[in-house]
Amino acid sequence: MLKNMIGLLAGLLFGVGLLISGMTDPTKVQGFLDVFGAWDISLALVMGGGLIVAIIGVQIAKRQPTSWIGSPIEMPTTTVINKKLLIGAMLFGIGWGLVGICPGPGIVLLGAGQWQAYVFIPAMIVGMLIYQWLEPKLG
Amino acid sequence: MMNIQIDWQAFTPISLVGGLLLGVATVILLLGIGRIAGISGIFSSLLKPKRVEAWQVLFIVGLVVSPVLYGLVKPLPAIEMSTSLPLLIGAGLLVGFGTRLGSGCTSGHGICGNARLSPRSMVATVTFMLFGMVTVYIGRHFLGLI
Repeated sequence: MLKNMIGLLAGLLFGVGLLISGMTDPTKVQGFLDVFGAWDISLALVMGGGLIVAIIGVQIAKRQPTSWIGSPIEMPTTTVINKKLLIGAMLFGIGWGLVGICPGPGIVLLGAGQWQAYVFIPAMIVGMLIYQWLEPKLG
Repeated sequence: MMNIQIDWQAFTPISLVGGLLLGVATVILLLGIGRIAGISGIFSSLLKPKRVEAWQVLFIVGLVVSPVLYGLVKPLPAIEMSTSLPLLIGAGLLVGFGTRLGSGCTSGHGICGNARLSPRSMVATVTFMLFGMVTVYIGRHFLGLI
């Protein structure tokens, strides 16, 4: 129960953070990516601010035997830098640049009633399902 | 020589507050239940009905409800975006497939992974930022698509 409440709270805070930051305004996101146009550097503050807090959190987490609910703290263990990582990040970057939406803001825009999100998110789901279907073949 | 000109008129210092809040949400999830706030990963788990956990569903519900909560305090910020169906569909497919192939997006790699100083996440972040920038550069200044 507590685990679910924490999940909900984190989702709400994350969504409000995205709205305050400007990440849910795709034109602003593209303005950030448009280095050689009129460059809007605001969104560098988003990753910067997120990182400052998260770095402290990670350091605290390393010194904790368990999470607040008593479960283990699960950090990803994969360290390999391979083609999958690079091509995946590349394709994601291209899609992100095309419309200025990454997954978090896309989901928030559903709740904001933005019709484009109701096109983008189903397409994103299809993209994820195609990956799930191809995954066994990709090794 | 290409000129870099920062658009200070568009600069919004409040973005830092939003960023800090993303960090707080990430830390609550990490310390609270021991899990990583990677949006594409959490969202894709909803597509695996046998493996999905309730907190993952609620996290996504939280994201969807957040504009309603925000709207109670003040009007939603400006949202301006493409209305091109082919662009929205193509971008959605690329983001969905790419984030699964590359095991993360702006949250999982960009915030959580980089905060762990994971070389994998740093490489992924540089790659998607670079390709995002190249896409906007070509799409906006050469093709006039964006």
